Amino acid sequence: MTKEWSPRIVAFFCNWCTYTAADLAGVSRLKYAPNVRIIRLMCSGRVDPQFILDALARGADGVLIGGCHPGDCHYVEGNYKMLRRFTLLRRMLADLGIEPERVRLEWISAAEGEKVKRVINEMTEQLKALGPLGLPRKFAEWDREVIALAREVQDREAAAGPCPERPLTPEPQEAVHA
Amino acid sequence: MKATRDEVRIGFYVCHCGHNIAALVDCPAVARYVGTLPGVVLSRDYKYMCSDPGQELIQQDIREHRLNRVVVASCSPLLHEHTFRSAVEAGGLNPFYFHMVNIREHDSWVHTDRILATEKAKALARAAIERVAHHKPLEIKKVPIHPDVLVVGGGIAGIHAALTLANAGKKVYLVEREPSIGGHMARFDKTFPTLDCAACILTPKMSEVGSHPNITLWTYSEVVKVDGYVGNYTVQVKRKARYIHEDLCTGCQDCIANCVYKEPKFADEFNEGLGKRKPVFIPFPQATPQVVLIDPEVCLNFKRNKNPDGTPVVSDKCKKTCVEACGERGAIDFTQKDELREIRVGTIIVCTGFQTFDARRVPAYGYGIYPNVYTALEIERLVNASGPTGGEVVLRGPKNPDGTPRKPRSIGIIHCVGSRDKKTNLWCSRVCCMYSMKLAHLLKEHTGAEIYNFYIDIRTPGKGYEEFYNKLLEEGTHFIRGRVGEVTDWAMTPEEEGKLVIRVEDTLAGVVRRIPVDMVVLATGLEPRADAAEVRRLFNMSCGGDGWFLERHPKLAPVNTFTDGVFLAGCCQGPKDIPDTVAQAGAAAAEALALIDRGYVEQEPNTAHILDNECSGCKSCIPLCPYTAILFDETRQKAYINEALCKGCGTCVGSCPSGSIVQNLFEDEEIFSEIRGVLAYD
Repeated sequence: MTKEWSPRIVAFFCNWCTYTAADLAGVSRLKYAPNVRIIRLMCSGRVDPQFILDALARGADGVLIGGCHPGDCHYVEGNYKMLRRFTLLRRMLADLGIEPERVRLEWISAAEGEKVKRVINEMTEQLKALGPLGLPRKFAEWDREVIALAREVQDREAAAGPCPERPLTPEPQEAVHA
Repeated sequence: MKATRDEVRIGFYVCHCGHNIAALVDCPAVARYVGTLPGVVLSRDYKYMCSDPGQELIQQDIREHRLNRVVVASCSPLLHEHTFRSAVEAGGLNPFYFHMVNIREHDSWVHTDRILATEKAKALARAAIERVAHHKPLEIKKVPIHPDVLVVGGGIAGIHAALTLANAGKKVYLVEREPSIGGHMARFDKTFPTLDCAACILTPKMSEVGSHPNITLWTYSEVVKVDGYVGNYTVQVKRKARYIHEDLCTGCQDCIANCVYKEPKFADEFNEGLGKRKPVFIPFPQATPQVVLIDPEVCLNFKRNKNPDGTPVVSDKCKKTCVEACGERGAIDFTQKDELREIRVGTIIVCTGFQTFDARRVPAYGYGIYPNVYTALEIERLVNASGPTGGEVVLRGPKNPDGTPRKPRSIGIIHCVGSRDKKTNLWCSRVCCMYSMKLAHLLKEHTGAEIYNFYIDIRTPGKGYEEFYNKLLEEGTHFIRGRVGEVTDWAMTPEEEGKLVIRVEDTLAGVVRRIPVDMVVLATGLEPRADAAEVRRLFNMSCGGDGWFLERHPKLAPVNTFTDGVFLAGCCQGPKDIPDTVAQAGAAAAEALALIDRGYVEQEPNTAHILDNECSGCKSCIPLCPYTAILFDETRQKAYINEALCKGCGTCVGSCPSGSIVQNLFEDEEIFSEIRGVLAYD
């Protein structure tokens, strides 16, 4: 790739606080890094951990979740529900070898346009330091490895001659993530 | 029937918004890119999509190109989603076959690099194209509105809003925390710039509120709980015990005259503590309602210790001459308890006002240290004919040798105390320049003293305000430009002996001056009330960084909040003078009226429902719902959602382990495709 690498951030912002804060940042003409792609949800409570995993799997280098401050949720306590899921997910991601800084939860009220700017800039810098996550590429590599391995086994067994007790190794599958 | 990918015919429009978007986003390039995406039949860029021709263009294209999905990339959906949904509907499509991309607030306005901004716009547009293919037709629900209105706060804003609504024939509950309505305005002597007396213009409105058949006035009461949503709020109001039956009290005040305390002894809140009152009192002569109240903190019939729940204990030790005086009327009741009332309203107007800056926070100005340093509100009471001194301006400090109180012969008024100051509050309180000049005029009228104003800038933006300033200049009031350094009683010359010395840099003359005066008036600024954060939570509103309640849009929705059906008026939203407050209260009332008279609210159809076949009956969603909208069918062992109660947050959807809950407009499929879309760039 000729273009210089720059992190991709997928952001899930709640409609009432953080999305509005991002609008406020716009109206106030604050300038921040163009790496973030904001997806609007009604409440941070709607953020399914699968969204975060899917975003990372599809090439995001980081995921930012924005919700109302504790006690301010438009839906009473959706943000607390998100917080619980988020804490669990972070532990799981750590087990998977994904740095915890890549997934960030921030409480940003509708008045905090400045905080939107700060958080996005900070996160962009952090991700730049961490480097690309590159899960799609890793998936493709792993697929290739598995296929190569399967081929090797197949070749070896073919060389050793047919084994009557065991059926032949099944056909190697096509790469899933290619 | 679910439309398959082949049947999808998307029309895409990217708006230039004049130069707002086009300056940083290459709109034609975005349109060309989107035109190559699957399902896109038509892709255009246009100068102003929200204009009539822009909307007409959408409608025409829907008909001519048989579009069945529309995506517009322009400003924030919070601004124009409604506009475009209506346009799509007018074109003959279901309005929810539309999706909006925010490339102004979230792109062109916040970035500086044209290439990167264009790339971002493409990615966001692609996400919308991927998403909109999954959209389904939805119907807007209509929910009836309860016609009653709750007005919180009985200052001039609340009074005006309540009267406007009541005169339009609506039932209004006006809830005020203090024993009387009137708020800050009732304490003012005159109002700038016309100098008409505050009581003269306010009292008729107050008594109109008191006697209006459509207004239920609850003073000495507080809102403690708010449930529900626009059109259907359930509100709990605590009516604090005043130990007087409001319906039996005639306001004759015989009880006050016959109290065992022959002389008023306790600091009078209404007069800023400058006057005295008895344990049984009426806050001020024009108080509305004309009902006395008893202060259990000082009344002899109560013990000084309290019940564990904080309620006062009746001692019955007093002779109760007040009860005797009340006689057959029997309005006094020492056993009265706080009472909770529940009311149902459709809309709420919050006018909880401000508090004045505590001048003790700037110790250099000596408030609370030198007796002759006053706050502006104290002066309002001091010059008022019904104030603690009967309108005579006399000093709090040492008296004349013959025992008569001294009168000030020179007065310094310090502007911007607790305003425009990094150490206290950053904002301009807007009214201080004008009220300082008003007080300068009144003090000169009352005392003939030399008056010095110390100001940073004189701000007179209002009808007749600059003229008032000119009048003051002609009256010979001195204006010295500079922020005062300190107020001290340390005399350096014989003339300064026994006086307060104001040390200030006169920035026009370029010298530091010492000006000895008899009286110092601090023009204290306006602040959000100390409990603004709690009140905000109660009504589910937001506060700005400075603590004032946040309006939905600073220009286009100045009385709306982010919670539908809750409106703002007066200084709780930010400092403002009386004309602005009244105008805003009228606007808030009009907004409420518009809602009530339409009779219903449209609700976003973004509610959730459970796919019956896929629900495993695990019940994990049920405790998550803050509205108890999820119910469980025991016989079938399946959960189901009462859509009338569902507010559409999607918390249950995000946590359902079997993925059997679907939120309209935010379906899993829609969001996954959006994620795919925003990441599909090189």
